[in-house]
Amino acid sequence: MSIEEKVKTIIINQLGVDEGEITPEASFIDDLGADSLDTVELVMAFEDAFKIDIPDEDAEKIIRVKDAIDYLKAQAKEQ
Amino acid sequence: MTLEGRISLITGAAQGIGKEIALELARAGSDIAVADILFDKAEETAREIEALKRKAKAYHMDVSDTDEVHQTVNQIAEDFSKIDILVNNAGITRDSLLIRMKREDWDKVLSINLTGVFNCTQAVLRWMLKQRFGRIVNIASVVGLMGNAGQSNYAASKAAIIGFSKSIAREIASRGITVNVIAPGYIDTPMTQRLPNEVKKGFLNQIPIPRLGLPQDIAKGTAFLVSDDAEYITGQVLNINGGMYM
Repeated sequence: MSIEEKVKTIIINQLGVDEGEITPEASFIDDLGADSLDTVELVMAFEDAFKIDIPDEDAEKIIRVKDAIDYLKAQAKEQ
Repeated sequence: MTLEGRISLITGAAQGIGKEIALELARAGSDIAVADILFDKAEETAREIEALKRKAKAYHMDVSDTDEVHQTVNQIAEDFSKIDILVNNAGITRDSLLIRMKREDWDKVLSINLTGVFNCTQAVLRWMLKQRFGRIVNIASVVGLMGNAGQSNYAASKAAIIGFSKSIAREIASRGITVNVIAPGYIDTPMTQRLPNEVKKGFLNQIPIPRLGLPQDIAKGTAFLVSDDAEYITGQVLNINGGMYM
C-alpha cells in the first residue's frame, strides 16, 4: 500500500468520512469535520501505522491531508 | 455478571478500599490488573481474585513515577490485550496542621494523590480512545468537599481530583469514555485506623447512618459506575459517606 493510500485509509477510519471527501487540500478540521481530539487521535494513528514518533511541534503543522502525506513521506525517506 | 470480558486496572489495590474494589469488580466478572507500590500484598490480592476464577496479575506501580506508570500500563495492555476500566484509588496521607506542615509532606501527598491520577489516566487513555470505550473512576474524599483540620494537603489533592475528572469527562465523553468520582466518607481502612481515637469519635458523631463506612460500600458504588448501566453518567461525584456530607 502506498503512503497516500495508507493515510487515506486511516483518515476514513478515524473520521468516518467518504473517500471522495479526502482531497490533498482538505483541512481535517474545516473540511473533514474533525474536532481537536480527533486531530490528536489522527496523529496517534499515524504514529502507530508508520511506527514513528511525531513530536508535538510537527503534529501542529499537520493541518491538511497533504501535510500528513508530505510529512510521512519525508519521514519514510529519513528511515 | 455485568463486567464479564472487561479488563480493570486498579491502583492501590493491595489493601483497603482498592483491594475491595478489585475483589468486587472480579465478582462482577472482570479480570483485574492489581497495581500497587506494595508488590507482595498486591500479589496476595491477585491470588484472592484468581480464587474467584478470574484472571489477575499484580504489578509494581509507583503512581507518581510517570515513566513507570506508562511502562506498566503498556505491559498490562499487552498481558490482558486491552484496558476497559481504570480505578484511580492509590492515595496517602501525611497529616499535620498547616502551620507545621513540611514542604516535603505537601509534595509527597500531591505527587501520589493528584499527579498519580494524571499519570495513570493519561497512560490508559491512549488504549481507551482506540477502542472507543472506557470507564474511569477516581477515588476522592469527603475531605476534599468539606475540608478537614490537619489534612490541608490531602484535602487539596482530593478536591483537585474532582476538577480534573470533570475536565477529562468533557474532553472524552464523545468517545464512549465516562469519568466519575467517588468521594468516600469515613471508611474503616488501614489509612483511617491510624487516626487518634478522639478524631475517630468526632467523625462518627457527624455520620447520620450510625456506623463507619466499609470498603464494600465504596466497592459497590464503583461496580455500578463502571458497568454498562452507568453509560449516561459522567463528570459526577458520588458521595458514599452515610450522610456525613450532603
